[in-house]
Parts: sequence; C-alpha cells; structure tokens
Amino acid sequence: MGLLDQEFSDSNIVIAKSEDLLNWARLSSIWQLSFGLACCAIEMMATSASHYDFDRFGVIPRPSPRQADVILISGTVTLKMATRIKRLYEQMPDPKYIISMGSCANCGGPYWEHGYHVLKGIDRVIPVDVYVPGCPPRPEALLEGLLKLQEKIRHETLRRTA
Amino acid sequence: MTPEETLEILKNKFPDSEFTYDNELPVDAYIIVNPKDLLDVCFFLRDEENLQFDTLMNLSGVDDNNATKVKDEEGNEKLEGRTLSVYYHLHSMKFDHKFYLKVSLPIEKPEVESVESVWKCADWHEREAYDMFGIIFLNHPNLIRILLPYDWEDGSYPLRKDFETPEFYNGMKIPY
Repeated sequence: MGLLDQEFSDSNIVIAKSEDLLNWARLSSIWQLSFGLACCAIEMMATSASHYDFDRFGVIPRPSPRQADVILISGTVTLKMATRIKRLYEQMPDPKYIISMGSCANCGGPYWEHGYHVLKGIDRVIPVDVYVPGCPPRPEALLEGLLKLQEKIRHETLRRTA
Repeated sequence: MTPEETLEILKNKFPDSEFTYDNELPVDAYIIVNPKDLLDVCFFLRDEENLQFDTLMNLSGVDDNNATKVKDEEGNEKLEGRTLSVYYHLHSMKFDHKFYLKVSLPIEKPEVESVESVWKCADWHEREAYDMFGIIFLNHPNLIRILLPYDWEDGSYPLRKDFETPEFYNGMKIPY
C-alpha cells in the first residue's frame, strides 16, 4: 500500500465530516451519460480508452440518463438535437452536472455566423458547470475539466443555504 | 467516352430535344437538359450499350441566384428569371467514364421528374434537395424532409440565397 498505511496507526476508525465523506464518494464516481455528438466525441472516447483512462477518476459511461451523474456535451449541438439533449438532461436524477466540451458546445464555434441549424452554446438550453475550450480539446484538457468539476463537488454543502 | 461523344449520341437519339453544352467554367463540362426530357435521357444513359451510366455519384440542388431586373408596363422594376438547378453526376462502372447533367427550373415552380426510378440512390439525394431548396421531385416515392426537423417552418429553405435565419426555433434563440 502507498499513502494511507503511513497516515493511520489504528486501521479501524477514520473520523471525517459526513459532508466531506459524501462529497468525496460522489466526486470519485462521476458516471457520465454515454452520449456523443461530433468530433469532440472522438476525443471523449480517446479519453475513456486505456491511454488516458477516464475510469481512474471513476468516470464510466452509463447508457441510461437515469443512472448518470454528468452529461458531456461533446460536439456541435444542432437545434434538432438541442430539444433531445434537454429531454435527456431532465431525465437525469439530481444532483447532475454538465461539462460543455469544445468550442461548438461552448458558443457555436465555427458555426457562430452562418449556422442556421446550430445552437450557439448549450448554455442557452441547460446550465453548464464546466466549459472546456478547444476544437476539439485534447484528452488532457477534458481531464482538467473533470478535475475542475471534482473541485466543485468537493466544496458543495449538505446544509440548506440562504 | 468523352462528354462530347456522349452528347452526339444523345443528340442522335433525341433529335427533338435541346441540349446545351457548357464548358466555360473551369470545371468538367456539363450538359443542360430540358426538364421534360430528363427522365427519358436518364433511362437512355443508363441502359445504352455503349454508355451504361449505372451509378449516380451525386445529385445536388443549386440556387443560381441569377434574377435580372425587368421593367413592366408601369415602369416598376421587378426581378425575374431566377432559377434553381439540379446537377446529376453520372459514372459508369464498366467503362469508367463520367457525365454531368443539369436542369434549370424556374423558382416560381421548381418541379422536375424524380430519377429515383432510374437510380435508387437518388431517393435521399432528392429529399435533401427538397429540404434545402424546396425543389419538388415529381413521382418521388417518399418526398419528406430528411435533415431539417419536421416542425421546421414551411417555405423556409436554408440553402437558398435569400434565406434569412429566423430569430427563434422552438423558443431557442438562433443568432449568435
């Protein structure tokens, strides 16, 4: 074993705040909705594959929105698709997160002017937690986006706010 | 066989029809066919022993945007003569020669016979031209939208030159 065996003398009890524990559990098993749109989806698949290994962060694709924690908007969102994405998002159970991947999903990308059929940013339809820039972003960038999302979850609270 | 030779065969076969040969553009020469002759010409090109154009490589619509200003009796200017075109790119597997056809249709009534009965693959190509330009293919087996959503506004054709992007689609703002 690596770090933990040097940290604790007694191996039975670990004291932690329930909030930290719950957040740690949640951020360590972010299941993504198995869903891809365009060329960004190829990078997303590369990130899932063995070389970059999304699974080491606990990210595995789930083929059902009802068992997914995060939806990765990986590519150009057409108006026709946007209504479907909204429905998928609404079918996901709370708490749910959205990573917008690549220029198209962020702001329309190369289709910003003449794309009569392209939604200029997925945040016009559903709320985004992390934007990953790039066209398409490299797997490292997507991993960075996921770490940003993990940081966000780590600091969430169970307490009622406001 | 060169396009010129194919054109000669066509002219001999259809003496009453009009064929225009165009090689002015820096692309492969194409032949302009009268829309009413199109289906017969296509069947002939496919079945003729020495031609055998058995493959439709591509079928695409084009907005020529070629309207000219005309003055009517009262002196008001108006635009006339704008056409939509359909291009047919043919290829023969057997002889490895190619041939390009074009039909021009008036924008007020863009109707042409479907060539789905000649080459099966024309089905989806024609649906795309219908979707994007509003070209009506007569006797097409299933002329419905293929790319745009079914609730897209009727009479709004995105690839026509005078198309203007609508403000909203289903409550989603479209312009940047």
